[in-house]
Amino acid sequence: MISEWIIVAFLSIGITFNALGVIGLLRFPDLYTRMHATTKATTFGSVFTSLAVIVYAISLYLNTIDPQFIVLGIHSLVAAMALAFTNAVGSHAIARAAHRSGILPAPAVIDRLKEAGQ
Amino acid sequence: MHTPRPARGDPVIAFFLTFFLSLFVYLILTAGSGNVGFWSVSELTAGVALSLMTAAIARKFLCRAGNYRMANPLRFLLIPVYVIGPFFLEVIKANLDVAYRVITMRIRPGIIRVSSDLKSDLGIFMLANSITLTPGTITVDIDEKTHDLYIHNINVGAGDEDKPVIPDYELFSISDLPKWIRRIAE
Repeated sequence: MISEWIIVAFLSIGITFNALGVIGLLRFPDLYTRMHATTKATTFGSVFTSLAVIVYAISLYLNTIDPQFIVLGIHSLVAAMALAFTNAVGSHAIARAAHRSGILPAPAVIDRLKEAGQ
Repeated sequence: MHTPRPARGDPVIAFFLTFFLSLFVYLILTAGSGNVGFWSVSELTAGVALSLMTAAIARKFLCRAGNYRMANPLRFLLIPVYVIGPFFLEVIKANLDVAYRVITMRIRPGIIRVSSDLKSDLGIFMLANSITLTPGTITVDIDEKTHDLYIHNINVGAGDEDKPVIPDYELFSISDLPKWIRRIAE
């Protein structure tokens, strides 16, 4: 079955990027660089695991013609989209709150926001 | 205190736009519940009733800017094309870049100032969110007057720390995302 190979490929990509996110959380020096690793890499990984669920639902629907698998696929798609939106807004909110409360990027070649004095 | 601006534009159009948007979301969430199309009669009735209530309450918030540019199907159908096409390519490339930096620790972090030609609130919103969703860059703050974005970049390009302002298209290497956003939102 070709769909099983696609599912395995998507799951491997997703788990690889989630693992890289965790490694980045442990290795990076300050809050901002850690947010790059944890929020972005894990979103990419979770979107790919959701895509694997969608492919699984489509293949099961084509075999059985049972509408419950449409529900599974559409809800996974909605979850992936909601994840992408909330990730963007949430990580922006965390970064802004951190900079406003005085946590500056520790190794930094430049900090234009501090120079602007906001 | 920040008080919301009064809604401009025609309230009837705002009401129907909010109604159709919330009905659309409800129908997506309940697809597969019955046999009228994909929906059952009770779900359709509940969807129409709830969407009418949502539209009555929320129309002032959804259409606050007072223009209905995004109701044009050519514009909102371009959003999935944008997300699946150039934006996804950019995200994949940036993810591989961040993965490389996680392993090798070759980072030059810094907050840079990025200027943009986009004028509308929606355009700036889409640009800031596209930048935040691309790994390696986070929008930290925005200059409300000039619409300049302050962006934390995990790898500031050599020489970029000396420039006071960087134009927005230099952040993306594969495709010109600000041009796409201008086509969608302005």
